[in-house]
Amino acid sequence: MGKIWRVSGPLVIADDMKGSQVYEIVEIGKEGIVGEIIGLERNKAIVQAHEDTLGLKIGEEVRGTGKILSAELGPGLVASIYDGLQKSLLTLIENTGSFIRRGAKACALPRDKKWQFTPTAKVGDAVSEGDIIGSVPETSLIEHKIMLPSGIKGRIKEIRKGEYTVEEPIAWVEFNGEVKELKLMQEWPVRKPRAYKQRLDPSGLLTTGMRILDYMFPLALGGKAAIPGGFGTGKTVALQQLVRWAQTHLNIYVGCGERGNEMADVLYSFRQLKDPRTGKMLEEKEIFLANTSNMPVVAREASIFVGVTIGEYFRDMGYDILLVADSTSRWAEAMREMGGRLEEMPGEEGFPSYMGSRLASFYERAGMVECLGSPKRKGALTICGAVSPPGADFSEPVTQSTIRIVDALYALDVSLANKRHFPAISWLTSYSLYVDAVKDWWNQFDPGWENTRATALKILQQEAELEEIVRLVGPEALPDGDKLLLLVARMIREDFLQQSAYHEVDTYCMPVKAGLMLKTIIRFYELSQEMLNSGAGIDAIRSSPVIRKISRMKEIPHDTFEQRTKELWLEMEQNLVGHKGGIT
Amino acid sequence: MNIPSLYIKEGKAINKAKGALIIAESIPGIKFNEIVDVQLSSGQIKSGQAIDISDEATVVQVFGGVSEVDLLGSKIRCKGETLKLAVSADILGRIFNGMGEPMDGAPPIIPESYLDINGEPINPASRMPPAEFIETGISSIDGLNVLVRGQKLPIFSGSGLPHNRIAAQIIRQAAVKGKVEKFAIVFGAIGISYDDASFFIRNLERTGALERTVAFINTASDPTIERISTPRLALTTAEYLAWRRNLHVLVVLTDMTNYCEALRELSAMREEIPSRRGYPGYMYTDLATMYERAGRISGKEGSITIMPILTMPDDDITHPIPDLTGYITEGQIVLSRNLERKGVYPPIDVFLSLSRMMKEGIGPGKTREDHNNVFMQSYAAYSEGCYLREISTIIGAEALSERDKTYLANADEFEKKFISQGEFEKRKVEDTLDIGWELFSALPEEDLKLISEKFIKRYLPKYSKKSQA
Ligand SMILES: Nc1ncnc2c1ncn2[C@@H]1O[C@H](COP(=O)(O)OP(=O)(O)O)[C@@H](O)[C@H]1O
Ligand SMILES: [Mg+2]
Repeated sequence: MGKIWRVSGPLVIADDMKGSQVYEIVEIGKEGIVGEIIGLERNKAIVQAHEDTLGLKIGEEVRGTGKILSAELGPGLVASIYDGLQKSLLTLIENTGSFIRRGAKACALPRDKKWQFTPTAKVGDAVSEGDIIGSVPETSLIEHKIMLPSGIKGRIKEIRKGEYTVEEPIAWVEFNGEVKELKLMQEWPVRKPRAYKQRLDPSGLLTTGMRILDYMFPLALGGKAAIPGGFGTGKTVALQQLVRWAQTHLNIYVGCGERGNEMADVLYSFRQLKDPRTGKMLEEKEIFLANTSNMPVVAREASIFVGVTIGEYFRDMGYDILLVADSTSRWAEAMREMGGRLEEMPGEEGFPSYMGSRLASFYERAGMVECLGSPKRKGALTICGAVSPPGADFSEPVTQSTIRIVDALYALDVSLANKRHFPAISWLTSYSLYVDAVKDWWNQFDPGWENTRATALKILQQEAELEEIVRLVGPEALPDGDKLLLLVARMIREDFLQQSAYHEVDTYCMPVKAGLMLKTIIRFYELSQEMLNSGAGIDAIRSSPVIRKISRMKEIPHDTFEQRTKELWLEMEQNLVGHKGGIT
Repeated sequence: MNIPSLYIKEGKAINKAKGALIIAESIPGIKFNEIVDVQLSSGQIKSGQAIDISDEATVVQVFGGVSEVDLLGSKIRCKGETLKLAVSADILGRIFNGMGEPMDGAPPIIPESYLDINGEPINPASRMPPAEFIETGISSIDGLNVLVRGQKLPIFSGSGLPHNRIAAQIIRQAAVKGKVEKFAIVFGAIGISYDDASFFIRNLERTGALERTVAFINTASDPTIERISTPRLALTTAEYLAWRRNLHVLVVLTDMTNYCEALRELSAMREEIPSRRGYPGYMYTDLATMYERAGRISGKEGSITIMPILTMPDDDITHPIPDLTGYITEGQIVLSRNLERKGVYPPIDVFLSLSRMMKEGIGPGKTREDHNNVFMQSYAAYSEGCYLREISTIIGAEALSERDKTYLANADEFEKKFISQGEFEKRKVEDTLDIGWELFSALPEEDLKLISEKFIKRYLPKYSKKSQA
């Protein structure tokens, strides 16, 4: 047992720590504050404390635990809410009340709850790491596959069906005469990526229900994306929308250094909302990690790695997982804080030089993989992180490092947010490198998707160019063709891209509906161009009643949408062609 | 990895003073961050804080202008305590200085308990999402940037703008609709002028709220260092009143820019690596640990709503102080020098302002069913009008189409009728929404695409007047 030798904020140096290892978890002082050894020098251990160190004294004891920072993996994860160190926040309420007391302990997985385990492996089967040996129906949406943990292989000697807690043995595996017990629960060191058989390219659309993502800047399953934006531009709402509606098997929400009320809001709303595809309560496919801005800074880093480890674990069962992290900038700030205490050479804006590689080591854990073990299966972990650039200036180090790593960027624009154009994702600066990866997916439902998308983006680009002229000469001085283009661009922006997270219908838009909406606007454009060509004036087009109908397409519920669109198209052809004076 | 050594760097030896830091021998039993007494060689006593402790040395930061010479040969006395505040129910109606000592001539309160001024973080899982609409009687807040109970909503101002009058108006008028409840106001003045502080006190006195108020006052002439504890004392008091005394507490903190300056000064003295513009890298977390003390807790009756006021240096919203604040608070009310010049009171810039808790606070049963639609349509119309205003300065208003001229005129009307109001005018939220509808009447009806058809039929004056007639 060691003792405190020095305290400086979250940095604690302990003496008499011979035999400790780097990354070992220690408990500090009589409260047992959790710390992690990040360096050793002779008998001294350099520890980063994951909890507040206020009031600690020199000479107080520091106990090694022999464990490294690990996540508990097993039934009981789904619908849980954890702090950054995977302590169950609900258990903490039971133990210590509404306020978080440092040093308080709470297991991640409930120890007394019994789960119904049904084996799929049989006695005599040869098994190795990653093999699925049975499953537990964890929630009505998640069948929790029990996989062989790393380091165990051999033949199954015994396997039991029935109700077990996570700590009771369910199977025994024999190898070279040695028998090992298996439980429903396993542990994994959070800083180490979980193993897989083979990495695959991200493919297929991660359906989000957000038109500007799904249609314009698609995110592929297994992809990595970032959403940078100044305060109030819509990062949190966008991430919350993602975990609400993304058509995945399970979503993980990591609130890292952000607001407590936002966490309360997600938790509360998830208990009321239903998954659009299955009709089941959303909570049954979500895991929350909350390390809010007033909770210990160093644990922000842990929260991100705990989250991603849980994500990989479910990926390994063959599921599609989405993890969102709000905000990775707060995590980078925690790195800066520790770096400063360690007197490391600061890089740009005081961030440590390894900030970029640390960020990469997080995003690199996204991916689509062929999982380890049998049966053969694929799983995907998709990651989307918010970035909070100071002064909304994207040239700052965290945004820049992130942009170098991710393959889809949703750049939020302050001026759009100020005008309450939401989602305030800029169509001019955002991009996705997954267009090819989702092409096949789209073409099944919406042949011609690529063309429609390209046409719309081109119109928006042209609008931006015309905008400069408008500022000099005014909109009325433009030729009718340009006026029409401005009208259509505006329709694309307001009637297609704008999508309120709070509208009861429009909060989630099926990709097929999104496609029809955009095609309707493009069709309107084509018909109007014909009208102009045959001599009609722009006013005839501007006053067309179909414009108003197009603007209300988003409110039409999904079940009647196709029918209503057909009617709209008919009306549009009659109305707009009618003005041509009967020439068809 | 090397063991970092703050006190040996630059060849500094033990028992030295550097700036406001004393590097002393290791002091047995001293606690990290504890507040100590420092007896200078002159005999004078200053307070200090143990910011780095070890077996070899103790680093103490001494508060309040001292020179290195004063510090040489000084003695450090431990008290074994981190900063605590004495509280009891009698605290209501009292005025303290920035360190928590009575300033109103009355004796110190008889403590019921001593609370750590840093508080403890609320477990996020035990929070209740704030959802009760507070009617402030100010249209640009109630209509467009709603304040709810348990929210932290700052005012971003500029020097010379009427933030104090607006804050005073909010304090005077704010009430949860249809309820008369036990409330309290905690006022924290941080480095402001004596006149500004007494403006607030007089205002509270006039509304009869003074006996429900606790004030902590650190004026511009008080020591900078005390500014670090003033807001924490205010918030600790608020927590006591909300969570132990079941009161709904509104905390007004002004001017938080002075707090941030003090934090920067402190950090510079510690020779920490600065982040943007010299402010410490941990300023976000430091402010967050204070502002996150706002909220509602399930199972508890009280609540804490925080309204910090800050002046944006150079009116620059991207300056680290407003910027980091905006990243923490649940929105912001931003004042505009432009509107102020036009004679608009309150000069609230509705584009830069935001309330993130709005959607929970509005709607049927809370305000009115059409609230969200009116809100969205107002923004759309006003931003269109402002855009056209910008263009027309170059091309002239005559060059606009008839439709565009309507929008241009509408933006002016919006500023005159919706945003402007009297300093003592308290508008009901229904009246605010009706002003919105009146302004919509001037626009082409088919343009009201953010409003559902049924509300148009119900509230647009040309229909609603008819149905009433
Ligand atoms: N998709 C959206 N639909 C409607 N409102 C939105 C949307 N996105 C953002 N907002 C509005 O913007 C506010 C700020 O968004 P938020 O996600 O909290 O910003 P950030 O996390 O970037 O600071 C929200 O409170 C909400 O009023
Ligand atoms: Mg946010």
